[in-house]
Amino acid sequence: MARIVGMNGDTAVAYAVKQADVDVIAAYPITPQTIIVEKLSEYVNNGELNAAYVPVESEHSALSACVGASLAGARVFTATASQGLALMYEILYIASSLRTTIVMALGNRAFSAPINIHCSHDDAYAVRDAGWIELFAENVQEAYDLTFQAFRIAEDKNVLFPTIVNLDGFILTHSLEGVNVFEDEEIPKFLPPKEPVNPIDPEKPVSYGPLDLFDYYIEHKKQQAEALKASYPHILKVFEEFREFSGRSYKPLKTLSMEDAEVAVIILGSAAGTVRDVVRKLREKGEKVGVVSLTLYRPFPQEELVKVLKGVKAVAVMDRSYSYGSPGAQLFMDVAATLINVRDKPLLFNVIYGLGGRDLKPEHVVQVFEHAKKVAKEGEVPEKEVWIGVRE
Amino acid sequence: MSNLNLIKTVKDIPPEEYLAPGHRLCAGCGAPIVVRLALKAVPGPKIVVSATGCLEVATTIFPYTSWKVPWVHSAFENAAATASGIEAAFRALEKKKGAKKPKIIVFGGDGGTFDIGLQALSGALERGHDLLYICYDNEAYMNTGIQRSSATPKGAATTTSPAGRVIPGKLERKKDLIGIAVAHGVEYAATANPAYPVDLYNKLLKAAAVKGPTVIHYYTPCPTGWRSDPSRGIEIARLAVQTRIWPVYEYDHGTWRINIMVKKPKPVEEYFKLQGRFRHLLQPENKWLLEEIKKDVEENWNRLLKLAGLKT
Repeated sequence: MARIVGMNGDTAVAYAVKQADVDVIAAYPITPQTIIVEKLSEYVNNGELNAAYVPVESEHSALSACVGASLAGARVFTATASQGLALMYEILYIASSLRTTIVMALGNRAFSAPINIHCSHDDAYAVRDAGWIELFAENVQEAYDLTFQAFRIAEDKNVLFPTIVNLDGFILTHSLEGVNVFEDEEIPKFLPPKEPVNPIDPEKPVSYGPLDLFDYYIEHKKQQAEALKASYPHILKVFEEFREFSGRSYKPLKTLSMEDAEVAVIILGSAAGTVRDVVRKLREKGEKVGVVSLTLYRPFPQEELVKVLKGVKAVAVMDRSYSYGSPGAQLFMDVAATLINVRDKPLLFNVIYGLGGRDLKPEHVVQVFEHAKKVAKEGEVPEKEVWIGVRE
Repeated sequence: MSNLNLIKTVKDIPPEEYLAPGHRLCAGCGAPIVVRLALKAVPGPKIVVSATGCLEVATTIFPYTSWKVPWVHSAFENAAATASGIEAAFRALEKKKGAKKPKIIVFGGDGGTFDIGLQALSGALERGHDLLYICYDNEAYMNTGIQRSSATPKGAATTTSPAGRVIPGKLERKKDLIGIAVAHGVEYAATANPAYPVDLYNKLLKAAAVKGPTVIHYYTPCPTGWRSDPSRGIEIARLAVQTRIWPVYEYDHGTWRINIMVKKPKPVEEYFKLQGRFRHLLQPENKWLLEEIKKDVEENWNRLLKLAGLKT
């Protein structure tokens, strides 16, 4: 059963999308996701994938076409990054509010200006309020696995929300890794064809996207908020079914050495591996350090996080982005809001790292833990915001 | 195309209605006429996609809807892209599951078509999606309160091109939508006008028969935005044609035809004096602009005659 193929993150996602037997792909090329749409075009044009590929003239139209296709009952995929996501912004909210089941791969890349094609999480964070489910891959295997799970989650009758698989630009999109792949015929056991809920049907005319004013809008928004919250256990169920299917286990939070950790790092994406490596080394020296990375970013795994941070004295929340003028960057604000009413919570500080593809090196992580230990020891946070790996 | 059941009189139009009454479009609005006729003319199962605009807000205020066919609204500038996705989905599902592909009809106003939606329309036309795009052109952003669009005709006063003491209304010419559509290689594109319902209906039949993208550019009287008498909309629409201001023509598989020939045009002043948006053009100080418009009208008519292979 186990077949290992060398693939980069983009080709792994494209391969998963092909195996998921997607019906419609509408996408526009943008670095660093372009390989995904190139591979998918190849699959379609070579007859290996029976899907309609819509080569749209912009990302705005890409997501618009995906909305239409999803409402029509198709299994739908798109991929983008950075500026492309920014151009889609208006339609992000429409895609979730119309309860489409679009799956998107986001090759995380910094926002302009200045223009940069490498990794920041600006684009992933730009979706955080838009009502999408967001997953983060840490490596290429996860990008492949999460793509299947994203379709299952989005199309689950108890979920029905568009879902993003985030993979760090270049670090994952372009890095070659051995990926344990499924055989095509195995896939339907985990991911059967989409069974659309209330698709467009001329026999059963429905008006999708009507004008909704002050007499109903707020009720609809509350229903949407509740629906996304209620999707949580069903996301966990998909993770569990994937474990049964593949033997590979996914959880909202991935933790290492958190049982007795006094200081910890919380982080998203590929850099979690670097932190984990440092944690192992520091543990060998007897330091009580731990790390939490999030596979599920939206809906935010609040309860699990509170549980896992119990007893921790200081936490460095690491953001690969910045929120100008805010009391903290995006993940920091999420963690702070999660802990706000918890008694005996850890002290928090925000570490900004890796913007525009700057490497996060093990020595940077050591510095972060040094800082965290100081905070834990002194019981106060001298600097709430620390930039790391920056030339002065 | 020869086996189309083209109609000869309005009595040949089927009585079934697919747009329910009770919608909130203004009295005298020309938009529902083309909607009702399109839903009658396009045979078989169909899906409507609307851009944000008057038609969308006035026909679907939740929990009500006037649409007896599936209707989809996503945003303002993306109706053609949304329709592309729906068409692609049915194409894929037809191949995989044998589901019959319905015809997709798109309605966009002039703002949603000439301006903010032009890129999405261009993309859809270039990619060759099987859809009928109908622009209901009331010559300004009427839903937001009468602002100038690139479809607003020269001389017209809007709230963002007011007839001021220095600048007397819009000074730029209207964009050529049919020319843009034809430049994309569509097989059929036509202008149409509610004062000529038989011509309009037959054009909808012809457009629907094409497998691929087609464009109908429909003249839409708007008493609210034009400051005209709601009961005189069809009269104004007819005058638009009879003055040669709004020629009714088609591009049909390589052939251009002027469908309503106007041998002896009426003076443009007759058209202008019925609408508040043009009244300032009849003031002596704006005579230069009136003369410019007359020249434009003649130029455009001669251009169309040439395209149709007729003598100027």
